[in-house]
Amino acid sequence: MANINLASEGGVVNSAPQSDSHEFDASKTRTQGQLVLRRFLRHRLAMVSLGVFVFLILFAFVGPFIWTYDFEDVTSKSYQPMSGTHPLGTTQVGKDMLALLMRGTGYSLQIALIVAALATAVGVTFGALAGYLRGFVDTALMRLVDLLLIIPQIAVAAIVVKGFSGSWYVVALVLAAFAWMQIARITRGETLSLAQREFVEAARACGASTTRIIFKHLVPNMIGSITVNATLAIAAAVLTEAALSFLGLGVQPPDTSLGVIVLENYGQFMNRPWLFWGPFIVLVSLSLAVNFIGDGLRDAFDPRQTKVRA
Amino acid sequence: MIRYIIRRLLISIPILLIGSFACYVLVATAGNPLAEMRFRPGVTEADLKAAEAALGLDQPVVIRYWNWLTDFLSGDWGQSIALGQAKTAVFPAVTDALWTTGRLVIGAELLALTLGVSVGVLAAVRQYSIFDYLATSTAFLMFSMPIFCVAVIVKNYGIQFNNVLESMGLDRWLTTAGPRPGGFSGSFGEVIFKYTGTFLLPTVALMLISFAAYSRFERASMLEILHSDFVRTARAKGISQGRVIFRHAFRNALIPVATLFSLNFGAVLSGAIITETVFGWSGMGTLLVNSVRQFDPPMLMGWLAVTATLIVLFNLFADIVYGFLDPRIRLG
Repeated sequence: MANINLASEGGVVNSAPQSDSHEFDASKTRTQGQLVLRRFLRHRLAMVSLGVFVFLILFAFVGPFIWTYDFEDVTSKSYQPMSGTHPLGTTQVGKDMLALLMRGTGYSLQIALIVAALATAVGVTFGALAGYLRGFVDTALMRLVDLLLIIPQIAVAAIVVKGFSGSWYVVALVLAAFAWMQIARITRGETLSLAQREFVEAARACGASTTRIIFKHLVPNMIGSITVNATLAIAAAVLTEAALSFLGLGVQPPDTSLGVIVLENYGQFMNRPWLFWGPFIVLVSLSLAVNFIGDGLRDAFDPRQTKVRA
Repeated sequence: MIRYIIRRLLISIPILLIGSFACYVLVATAGNPLAEMRFRPGVTEADLKAAEAALGLDQPVVIRYWNWLTDFLSGDWGQSIALGQAKTAVFPAVTDALWTTGRLVIGAELLALTLGVSVGVLAAVRQYSIFDYLATSTAFLMFSMPIFCVAVIVKNYGIQFNNVLESMGLDRWLTTAGPRPGGFSGSFGEVIFKYTGTFLLPTVALMLISFAAYSRFERASMLEILHSDFVRTARAKGISQGRVIFRHAFRNALIPVATLFSLNFGAVLSGAIITETVFGWSGMGTLLVNSVRQFDPPMLMGWLAVTATLIVLFNLFADIVYGFLDPRIRLG
């Protein structure tokens, strides 16, 4: 079973990035990874968005160490206007808005990243298994997806949050439970067509196991759409988490998230607009940045599409 | 075709059963609707036991579900057990909520579809024009927007607009606290005035989000078709631009959007929860959130019966429409 992987170099464009060391001819050959990276780095909008995303990560996870107030500190005065000591003012109970925003962004990011990671792992595994094995596994998956379409996410979130706890990781689990279907469906579709190709047949003829074929031959060939959809799942998770928290069914105080901050302060829209626009701008720039990165990745992985799609 | 429909409906029955059972168990075990009663003054342990027995809460969950199911199948939707009082009948509550949501959502979705499709087609036909960039970036922005923020913003500017109207000596026009009970009365002009005032803001909030999805989708599918071979052939034959776009391209580009619309519509009828919350409409979304918060399985089951049926039907409808619009796809 030494190097059956060679099979995957067959019919598929630009696959198998393991060939670096063998290259000796003068003209530079680029692996698919290098090509994608080059195209991505040249995508101006995606690079700007990546900058914004990195800035938000620093803001959320390094910011609290620099900023003088903690999100749990309660200062004596409620509803202070914007000032030097409180650049974004204070909330009703006198918490510093900037510190709250840092913490909220942190939680939103943590939740979104975990949701995307879980949803991608589960979705890819299920989707690839269903598409490759067909038959019973496939039917079971499709019925499960049908079932999850009917069960309301809001109800599950509310029950889990009310009955158990509103910690951020519980919210992340609920979100992931409903987010993997999309990725599973896409992976299944791609697997259905890839599984008909010669290199899969060759691998099977060599005696490769199902696990090996799926994770060594099929998944690497779908890495483009998997990456793109994982990125888009992050953006979707940010928005869904915020919406759930806004309804009071997501993250529960004393924990906070961007949705919780909006919920607590949107009543001040007229009188103290900065309390609304602050979290709003962070939320929108986060989801916009991630969506643009996803778009950039899509273009980088599949340059043919740029001519047609937005 | 009829066999296909019947088969699809039969397949969905076990899914509906499992789904409803899962929801029932989840809600029934998550909390006790009598919890609050315990703290009322003058309530003894015996009273609690009696109330429990009256609502059937002393029985195991599986039996309660079975009782609900048999009642439901014989046409009895049961009564809400929120706050330990079996007073509200489920069926009228659910139909009221569906009527409230339906009135709001149907208009908003149809408007969003019409606008989204027209903008998408125009953007595709004039690709890389200023209009295209404007439409694409607006759609992208709205797509990345949190819905509740859009609703809050729309609502607050509506209130400010009202204040401006008032300062000019006019009546407040836009309503931000749900539809008035009992419908609209007065002269024809007054009815129109009140009607638009009630519906305008939530409709706009709902529309903006759906519009983004429809226009993006329509633009992408229209572009794909405009670049396809049969459109080039049509052009080469000398068919006029308008005829190529409307006769050949537009009709084919509508297929994926029709599917999306059908799926979306089924989902949105089960409650535009955020818009309803922000604008104070007591529709399906509010009903769902309340029934879960009050640990009220019969009400949740009533909600689920309607929405699950709608989702199954609209999914089926989407597949049928797909086959109807695109004869290459055979259902069987």
